Amino acid sequence: MLNVDVLNKTFGDQQILGSCKLKLQAGERLSILGPSGIGKSTLLRIIAGLDTNVEGKVIRPEGIAYMFQGPNLLDWRNCYQNLMIFHREASQEDAQKALEQVGLGDKGLHYPRQLSLGQQRRLALARTFLSKTNLILLDEPFTSLDPQLKANMLGLTRELLDQSSAMLVHVTHDAMESEILGSETVEMQGCPAELQWPFK
Amino acid sequence: MIMADPQVLPSPLVVAQKMAALWSTGDLQLHLIDTTIRIAWAFSLAMTLGGIIGYMMGRYPLLNAWLDPWLIVFLNLPALVLIVLCYLWIGLNETAAILAVTLNKLPLVMTLIREGARSASSELRDLAQVFKLSPMDKFRHIILPELLPHLVASARAGLSVIWKIVLVVEFLGRSTGIGRQIHTQFSIFNITGVLAYSLSFVVFILLIEFLIMQPLERYATRWRQNA
Repeated sequence: MLNVDVLNKTFGDQQILGSCKLKLQAGERLSILGPSGIGKSTLLRIIAGLDTNVEGKVIRPEGIAYMFQGPNLLDWRNCYQNLMIFHREASQEDAQKALEQVGLGDKGLHYPRQLSLGQQRRLALARTFLSKTNLILLDEPFTSLDPQLKANMLGLTRELLDQSSAMLVHVTHDAMESEILGSETVEMQGCPAELQWPFK
Repeated sequence: MIMADPQVLPSPLVVAQKMAALWSTGDLQLHLIDTTIRIAWAFSLAMTLGGIIGYMMGRYPLLNAWLDPWLIVFLNLPALVLIVLCYLWIGLNETAAILAVTLNKLPLVMTLIREGARSASSELRDLAQVFKLSPMDKFRHIILPELLPHLVASARAGLSVIWKIVLVVEFLGRSTGIGRQIHTQFSIFNITGVLAYSLSFVVFILLIEFLIMQPLERYATRWRQNA
């Protein structure tokens, strides 16, 4: 279970987040929709435990996978290693299966720089879904992709999500993206930004 | 004409013969080994200490604020001053010689590694934190590879500093080594001897460069060549 009760988050003098309350149960998928700069990524970082300088409390499950806006791959490690380093329990066979799921079955020994941008995103996706995790966090992972590639990636992500029982928190400014990935959508608004899920 | 006076500028053949003679007596190898040992110590110490301190300075602004003025001082302090002070404070011994070379190279390594630590990806560190990588895995797979281009650059630049400094250190205060032999040849105004030892040292530097440094660099950055 994920329980987020953020009361206040500031950067310097500026308050970014006000009251943000979220409760998710296993298998629930929530998309947080809001304009750029409102504090969506900040909230996601707080949920992941990357930003602890915050007033409030977060109870998060063990086993979190995070997909950032960029692919953030280890350029100096091949595709197998890019998966197995972040999932120590995974064997090369598991990594191979994960690569096949995202259409990179023949790229295991390739380095990220030998892949196209779309393939790099697929590799990042495989990394996110390789192990059984309890919470998946997606931070606008398909921003800056061309429309066709974005549609492909969204379809693939949806397929992988359907095979997983993990909770999902996905932030985006794209309503179409939130419809495809999230079973529920909540809008983040105000300044400082606030949200509540489930609604009272 | 200057070319005509072999006392001032001996012919390449004469210098080569002198090098061969020094080699056959074993003198050249003996002094080359002593110089190499000093270089190896100073290089290892400067890379290790400079790597650690430089990385910490890049990651922790407070430490950087405290150490930065010292770094600037040591970057700009003439090598000769450090060498003389080391000999005066510690004595004319190996420790002082190696410390003098190390202190001359250290600031350069610290500066380059600090820049490497500053330019490292914070998102990769975040990724390591979310996926709960062990400190050793984080070091092996993220920190070290990210720093590697800077480590290679500081090794190359630092080695070039060490080649120069170590000879001065030996010239001023040691009884063995190529620098000392250049000093001896200089004292008796034997230009052929000076050139023979100097050129032998240059050949040695080139061998280290082509047989060790360049293959190491190619290996460390092989993932770039595959792109």
